[in-house]
Parts: sequence; structure tokens; C-alpha cells
Amino acid sequence: MLDTFVIPLLQIAVLVNALLVTVTFLVLMERKVMGWAQARLGPMRVGPYGILQAIVDPIKLILKEDITPANADRFVFTLAPIMSLVPALVVFSVIPFGPEQPYYIADINVGLLFIISVTSIGVYGIILGGWSSNSKYPLLASLRASAQLISYEIAVVMTLVSVVLTAGTLNMIGIVEAQREAGLWFAFVQPVACVLVFIGGLAETNRLPFDLPEAETELTGGFHTEYSGMRFSLFFLAEYANIIVISAIVALMFFGGWMRPFPNVEALAFLDLIPGWVWFCGKIFFFLYLFVWIRATFPRYRYDQLMAIGWKVLIPIAIGNLVLTGIAKVVL
Amino acid sequence: MMTDATEAPRRIGQAFDTDELVLNMGPQHPSTHGVLRVVLRLDGERVVDADCVIGYIHRGVEKLCENRDWTQIVLLTDRMDYVAAATSNLGYVEAVEKLMQVEVPRRARYIRTILAELQRIASHCLWLGTHAMDIGAMTVLLYSFREREHVLDLFEEYCGARLTYNSMRIGGLPLDIPTGWDKRVSAFCDVMETKLDEYEELLTNNRIWVGRTRDIGVISGEEATALGLCGPPLRGSGVSRDVRKDEPNAAYDEFEFDIPLGTRGDTYDRYLIRLEEFKQSIRIIRQAVEGLPEGPVMGKVPRLIKPPAGETYHAVESPKGEIGFFVVSDGRSTNPYRFRVRPPSFCNLQALSRLCKGHLVADVVALIGTIDIVLGEVDR
Repeated sequence: MLDTFVIPLLQIAVLVNALLVTVTFLVLMERKVMGWAQARLGPMRVGPYGILQAIVDPIKLILKEDITPANADRFVFTLAPIMSLVPALVVFSVIPFGPEQPYYIADINVGLLFIISVTSIGVYGIILGGWSSNSKYPLLASLRASAQLISYEIAVVMTLVSVVLTAGTLNMIGIVEAQREAGLWFAFVQPVACVLVFIGGLAETNRLPFDLPEAETELTGGFHTEYSGMRFSLFFLAEYANIIVISAIVALMFFGGWMRPFPNVEALAFLDLIPGWVWFCGKIFFFLYLFVWIRATFPRYRYDQLMAIGWKVLIPIAIGNLVLTGIAKVVL
Repeated sequence: MMTDATEAPRRIGQAFDTDELVLNMGPQHPSTHGVLRVVLRLDGERVVDADCVIGYIHRGVEKLCENRDWTQIVLLTDRMDYVAAATSNLGYVEAVEKLMQVEVPRRARYIRTILAELQRIASHCLWLGTHAMDIGAMTVLLYSFREREHVLDLFEEYCGARLTYNSMRIGGLPLDIPTGWDKRVSAFCDVMETKLDEYEELLTNNRIWVGRTRDIGVISGEEATALGLCGPPLRGSGVSRDVRKDEPNAAYDEFEFDIPLGTRGDTYDRYLIRLEEFKQSIRIIRQAVEGLPEGPVMGKVPRLIKPPAGETYHAVESPKGEIGFFVVSDGRSTNPYRFRVRPPSFCNLQALSRLCKGHLVADVVALIGTIDIVLGEVDR
């Protein structure tokens, strides 16, 4: 009873809360980092250095009027934000913050497969949200989203397969342990895959330079144009939770998850004083920072260019990388 | 084939039951630079036809001017192209001076040139920032506004206003420059030159930026001339036409500067041209500040401005292109009998539907950005 119900529920409560709080502070971090990159300060009014902005923003969103457009499909319109947030949260059930309990909720042998399949459900939220708004800009955005997310998903999954080949397991803990055995982060074993997954991750989370489904200056906000209040903030939460998911996947699969750098070098053993989950969170935040940094730097791709990159560049490279990994696996 | 904005969607294709998607872009849209409304007819994301609907901030400035006396009109010219008020001032006062055949002191002409070129820098900063923002590069906006702020500070120091300057008078200038102002202008020129590299670093060789602007909205020199384009959009197509060189006004004939020309007539060329114009403006300002002559800033003008009966057309090169003022005086009253502006934004906006055709929705915002319109001037 205790092991099967109470402890997992506690873990879930802690994780979901931690995640949602992280998201609110991630938004603050994004605004701050963007501010510094753009020769300004970012939020400074609420609390010291604007720290309380992270708390005020969600309160504002909750209190706002939640409008349903007159011609919207009411049921789907409400379903869509839920559809996009729930998968983003569910994924965290198999993401390990450390090698043993209580640092993970579920340790399933096909963890990576679970992550891939659950995250792809999130696409439906965007498609349905855009379609059910019964408005033209969201419709265009949801068309873009469906094409974009599906094509980049192919590239990302193909690349992840090559990592699975290297690690020999689909289990997330197993993949990290494989990096310990190899004595090397997979970022050095599979550098191409690492870059591909990160680029694909940018596209799958609708971040610049691939933020076409919500291109504000073209589609006035894209799929969430007609959303307001809490339903809008669910989309918002989902987007940022997805960014954390991608960062976590990259950190786990290519940067040794909770392990310190150079896990086999004894001289660096003092780094183990820092707990594993701190290392892991630090790595996640590094990639979150990278996401924001990229957003501050690049212009946006156009729809046809985006598809060309997905199908003509990323997928061929992913297949090539997979084949090479396969050959290397057989030969070595 | 041009279509009316109100026409119903047409059928496209035979195999399926497919209609055009009529998308109303604006007047409330983040990237139409004000209250422009573009009715797009889309085949998927491809633009079949685009129709501009204007007039949302029509204030009747021209008619208003006919009921104000000649000196009051300077104020109204501020409110047309409100991001480049100084060049509108310049065009108008020079038109009246031409009509009255007033001699303007050399010092006043020099300061006018400095003001006009500072204004060009400020206006191009706004163009660069918003154009880049439309294409998704947010940071450039903040950087270019930082420099625009410097220019506005200089204007504020000169005439007290930051946007609508009312900075010129018929026959000269209302006041001489403050002490040390010219030093601060040249100091700004030095700063601006280093900041230009910053913009270029973010955009010029950026693959995404080049991909988004290369071969977008290509227009040939002949077609651009036929459409009546002016300013950077015309020069981007390789047509050498710049009022500052062709019909020198103010003190432009005394300075050395180049007119950058494009070769391909696409959005990227127009971008490069405007960046080069920053440098040429800095060059002009430096020469003007160094050679600033002593003397009065106001010519001999009668107390009551009442130009002799007649009409004149005078054009100057505003940051957007050729802004022309046609004024008619009946010789009796103290207000113009007829007042008409040739607004560069309006003339350039004509090309939008031609440029958009065959491109994607995302390119429409890039094209609105590249022709650099101000709706206050389009509608007047």
C-alpha cells in the first residue's frame, strides 16, 4: 500500500509542483536573459530584481476572464489545452533524477519509447486548439504545427534510435549507466546525434528559429490567438514544460544525466559531493539557457524553409548517422 | 488580376472542392506597422492576391493645411510621417521658400542638412528594428532603438521635442544650435558607426536572415519606375534616383556622398542599401559639422507670410523616399489655396500587392517591412 500508492503519489505531487514552479521561474529567467541580451533589465518592478514576477504572472492569468469565441467548438476548445499539458507532465514520470528511488517515479524498460510516444500526443493539443478556435490565423498555425512537428519528430526519433543502439537499452537509467561504463558522455560518442536532437527539440517545442505555429508577427500568436486566461496559460505551461522535457532528454542521453563530468576520473571525485540531482538540474538549466539564448539571437525560418531543413537535411543526416552507428556497432 | 477587398473567395483547382482562404491582415495586426489592412487571398499559405485597404488614420491634413496660415503648416507636416518629421518640415519650408524666392542663410542650410540626416538615421533605426522583428529577430529592435534614442536626445536638445519637432521655419530655423551640440553630434556619429557593425553581425551574414530576404519581392528597375516607387525600394532595383543628388536642396550640393544601389531588387538588397545609407548619412553629418559656417540662421522674411500668386512643387529625399510638396498661393490670403503632398510611403505601398503575389504569408510581413511605410503619411 505504502510502496504502491502513497509514495508514488507523494513523488508525483512533489514533481508536478516543482515542475510548475520551475516553469513560472523559467518564464522569468527567459525575460531576464532576453533583457540582458537586449541591453535592458527585464522585469524589475515586482519584488527585488523582479523575482516575484514569477508569482504575479500566474495569478494574473488565473484571474483573467476566460473567453470562448462564439463560433468555437466548445468541447474541443476546452480539451485542446489539456491535451497539450497532460502529456508534457506525464513524460516526467519516467525521467530519472538519480539512479535509485526516490529520484524517479517509474523505471520502465522502454522509457525512451514511452517518452517519444507520449510527447507526440501533445501535438494534438496544438492542432485541435487551432482548429476548434474557428478562426483563420489559428487554423493556419495548426496546419503549420502538424506538418512541422511530425516531420521533426521523424528526424529526432531516428537520431534517438542511434543512441539506443550505442547504449543497448531503451531504459533511461540504463542509458546513463551505459555512459558511465563507456567513461564518456554520449555527446562525445554521438556528437551529430546530440546536435540533431537539440535542433529537433527546438522545432518540437515551437521555439525560435522554428516558432512558426505561434509566429507572433505573422499569425498574431498562432494557435493560441483565441485563447485567454487559464486555458491560455495551460498552453503556455505545456510549451515550457516541453522545453524542460527536451532539455532533460538531452541532458540524460548525451550529457550523463546525474553524473558528474568525467565519471571515471578519480581525481575529480570531490565533485561527487554535489548530489546527482543537482548536477542533473544544472545540466537542464544549461540547455534552458541555450533555448533562451537562441531565441534572443536568431530570426525565424519560413514555413517552406523549415520543411526543407527537416526533410532534406535533418532526416538524411539522421538516417546516415543511424547506419554508421549500426556499422560501427557490428564492426567494433 | 486585381480583386476588390469585398469579393467572395474564388474557386481554385478543379479536382477538389477548394476555395481561396481570404485572410484579413490588419488593421489590428502586430506587423502591419500601424493600421494598414491587407486582404490576402491565400492558396494554402501562398498569396494569390493582396489588396491594401488604407484610410484608417486619415485626418485630412492636406485640407486642414488649406485653412491654416503658412507658418502653422510646419506643425502639421510633423504629423504626417511622424517618425521622420524633420524631413517633412524641410520639404515644406523649402517649397514655400521657393515660391517666395527667399534666400536662406548658409548656416541654416547646413543645420537643416544635419537635422535631416539625423532624422534619416532615426527613421532607418526604426525601420531596421521593426523589419527584423517582423522576421523574428527580436534583439535588433532593442539595439536599434537604443541608437534612435540618442538621435531623439539630440533633437530634444535642439528644439525641445522628441517626435514632432516643428524644427524649421520659412526662411531659416527658429533657433541656433545649443553650445556643444555639434560636438555631441559628431560623438554620436562615432558611436553609431560601431553599432552598425553590431546590427550587421546579427543579420547580414545570418543564414536565416539571408534566406528570409534573398529573392523575396523581386522587382525590376523598369517596373519599380512604372509603379512610381521612390527611395530605397527604387534604388534597390538599381535605379539611381535620389533627390539629394539629382535636385540638391538644403546644403547637399556641398557634401560628398554616394548613393548605394542594389542589383537584384530583392528584400536583401533593400536591406543592404539602407544599412549603407546609415553610413552615408554619418558621412554627410561629419562634413556638415566640420564645415559649419558662422552667421545668422534666419533669412529676411516678411512678418506676414504671403507668397506671391503662383504654384510650385518641391521634393526632398525623406528616409522613405521622395516627399514632394505642391503648394498653390492665390497671392491674397495668408493660407495656401491648394496644398498637396506626394507621400513616399503611399507611393511605395502601391507595390505591395505586386510584390506579395506568389510568396508565402510569412513573406508578406517581410515585404511590408521592406517598403518601410508609415501609415500617418499614407493616409495623411
